[in-house]
Amino acid sequence: MLGKLSLDAIPFHEPIVMVTVAMILLGGLALVAGITYFKKWTYLWTEWLTSVDHKKIGVMYIIVAMIMLLRGFADAVMMRTQLAMATEGSPGYLPPEHYDQIFTAHGVIMIIFMAMPFFTGLMNLAVPLQIGARDVAYPFLNSLSFWLLVSGVVLVNLSLGVGEFAKTGWVAYPPLSGLQYSPGVGVDYYIWALQLSGLGTTLTGVNFLATVLKMRAPGMKLMDMPIFTWTCTWANVLIVASFPILTATLALLTLDRYMDFHIFTNELGGNPMMYVNLFWAWGHPEVYILILPAFGIFSEVISTFTGKRLFGHHSMVYASGAISVLGFMVWLHHFFTMGSGASVNAFFGLATMLISIPTGVKLFNWLFTIYRGRLQFTSQVLWTLGFMVTFAIGGMTGVLLAIPGADFVLHNSLFVIAHFHNVIIGGAVFGYIAGFSFYFPKAFGFKLHEGWGKAAFWFWIVGFFVAFMPLYALGFMGMTRRLNATTNPEWVPYLYVAAVGAALIAVGIACQLIQLYVSVRDRNKPENACEFGDPWNGHTLEWSTSSPPPFYNFAVVPTVNGIDPFTEAKEEGTAYKVPAKYSPIHMPSNTATGLVMGMLLTVFGFAMIWHIWWLAIVSLVGTVGYFVLHAARDDQGYMVPVETIERIEAEQHKRLLAAKAIPADRVETKLGQA
Amino acid sequence: MSNIATNAGHAHGHDHEHDEHHHDAGETTVFGFWLYLMTDCIIFASLFAVYAVLVGNVAGGPSGHDIFELPYVLGETALLLFSSITYGFAMLAFYKGNKSGVLTWLGITFLLGAGFIGMEINEFHLLISEGYGPHRSGFLSAFFTLVGTHGLHVTCGLIWMAIMMYQVQKKGLTSTNKTRLSCLSLFWHFLDVVWICVFTVVYLMGTL
Repeated sequence: MLGKLSLDAIPFHEPIVMVTVAMILLGGLALVAGITYFKKWTYLWTEWLTSVDHKKIGVMYIIVAMIMLLRGFADAVMMRTQLAMATEGSPGYLPPEHYDQIFTAHGVIMIIFMAMPFFTGLMNLAVPLQIGARDVAYPFLNSLSFWLLVSGVVLVNLSLGVGEFAKTGWVAYPPLSGLQYSPGVGVDYYIWALQLSGLGTTLTGVNFLATVLKMRAPGMKLMDMPIFTWTCTWANVLIVASFPILTATLALLTLDRYMDFHIFTNELGGNPMMYVNLFWAWGHPEVYILILPAFGIFSEVISTFTGKRLFGHHSMVYASGAISVLGFMVWLHHFFTMGSGASVNAFFGLATMLISIPTGVKLFNWLFTIYRGRLQFTSQVLWTLGFMVTFAIGGMTGVLLAIPGADFVLHNSLFVIAHFHNVIIGGAVFGYIAGFSFYFPKAFGFKLHEGWGKAAFWFWIVGFFVAFMPLYALGFMGMTRRLNATTNPEWVPYLYVAAVGAALIAVGIACQLIQLYVSVRDRNKPENACEFGDPWNGHTLEWSTSSPPPFYNFAVVPTVNGIDPFTEAKEEGTAYKVPAKYSPIHMPSNTATGLVMGMLLTVFGFAMIWHIWWLAIVSLVGTVGYFVLHAARDDQGYMVPVETIERIEAEQHKRLLAAKAIPADRVETKLGQA
Repeated sequence: MSNIATNAGHAHGHDHEHDEHHHDAGETTVFGFWLYLMTDCIIFASLFAVYAVLVGNVAGGPSGHDIFELPYVLGETALLLFSSITYGFAMLAFYKGNKSGVLTWLGITFLLGAGFIGMEINEFHLLISEGYGPHRSGFLSAFFTLVGTHGLHVTCGLIWMAIMMYQVQKKGLTSTNKTRLSCLSLFWHFLDVVWICVFTVVYLMGTL
């Protein structure tokens, strides 16, 4: 009836796990109680959970990403403290089977459930606005993608209290992840969490490619698209080209584990190394999916806060394209030690080194944008400058690892750990945090507190160097990754320093939480409020709307000719122009279908993990059936009447007058009088 | 949807905006569906690569040469290829506004597709009952995965087709039904193309 599920699945004997689960349950209960007490369920349901508005979906993605950042970071702190304690024969406080789950969960959560939703959220928030569109191409699909991500999040976090998570590392290589060596449900949690959220990501990629190709404002040529939109577009190209490989690979591992297939097994003609190839054929493009949008954010930040057009806009587009194409030709550098032979390794080593050329182009473009600009040292700019220094170091250690001979020495060592944290934290995460504070006023109409933002930056960057530079040294000294205890006394001081670094980053994260609290508290102070929409004197169309933008984004879709259309409009005095007459706007209707399908698929995943076959069939049939019923309704959306648009735009007109964004003599228009 | 946006850009709300919206939304949907098919194509590409790696790993069991019945598979192939033609006739009938023609041709297409699936299930059943199931070797695992994934796609296409026949019967030749039948058309022909690759790479190269 319940498959493999029984009360034994709950780890009562692990106090750390039980306390964490209890805290999550209490926190969840407090949240539910709070929403009920303030009578916010209807608001939450109609305005957020069932919304197909790209801006709200974007905000929800980022909320999930930040919660998962805390979860993943808690794992990181546990690992660093364990390694600082478990030296010279001491076992530390985490038993091996728990420690193995922690490093697996840390990797999976940080990549799939923190970085991916963070990027997807920023893309949702900004891209349709940047191209002058009213929503994405398929608003319902966008909602479904989000709820598929939530399915994955639920499954990963469920594994904490019900059963176990994979002990295989985030790559889950067979034969270790095969049934013989991982008979428990850990790998199954891994498979279904990644499978469901990966499906959502593929659909997001399709959705946003169709959006930029079909829904740009009139006059906007492809090369006129803002650079963040462009880097997201390249990331989406990589998504649609690489995530299906992950889908196939996980499906094959599923067949091996569930139906006695021999694709990746060691016996009867299976081939485990094929999994490693397939995994990285997805996995390497995946890291470029994470970093390219961050590059886009840095470009927007630098050009906005120098008050200049980005240097080499076109070369930035081509460089991103080159990185995307090359990103597909380097996967084998993750396992030079497989033994493919000198020629194959040399090819992949050279291809890897080539990537530093377009990346260098980008770095110089940013430097030349700063050159002779008036750079304002805002928190977003600090993150960008910090990125440029940190990422350059990470890039150089990457080129070092690209030399197969050197890689044979450093493979699976802490040097590799240091390298990829260097580029992912110093590249992607810094970029997302910069983008968070850059676009926060757009989403909510007030700015984040600068002082706490800058404090967060300094703790993060110092903490990063203190935590990860020792790992480079430890890698050279021969310490391999995924150790849960060490015996070499020479490593101890470095492990202590790394733990201090994690503590510094923790302070940085605390600063961010305080920043959020302080900013929300002071949101109505005149220096923070920016509902008129353009707090940074922005260049592109997203800053021409109010903050938060009206649900239809643009009352009149702008006509674009060239790069930085909003700067041009402001210079020509045509910004915020009120038309003689508005037309009704067609908008998609909200729907709960995405949410319901996501929840049903969560049940499906859970049923598959625990081999509850009847429930798996019921939930899968339910999912498909619910979708068919949704489609059969033929919902065509609705028209926003002109009166509603006029009322919303008149309010915005008042805000613009108050912010002195438009001269008072523009009041003669019909709406000004209204 | 995009068109209404661009039209509103020229302001002064034309009366034909709403019609154009439907036309253009359908076009965007078909384009997006084509993009989705390309991701599906990459899934098949991965499975073909896996098959190519494992085809020789028979682990003492049978190779393709020993178990494939080329004439039988040719029959399967004929059913599927003919179903593509009949689907094309259904779309032509749609463009002519001939509802009963659409339903008839979709019905024939469904029967041909169901025949294909029936033959495939029979082939799988025979192999498994002879002890040549996917658990036997890496080669057979890859074979069942690749061919089975294609079969699963065709089955989904059949379910979709049955739903569309009901929709056409109930609502007629609406623009929504046209969009959806166009997407299904892409899907169906795509599966044909994949099958031609399966037939060549798996069956022809396995037996010749």
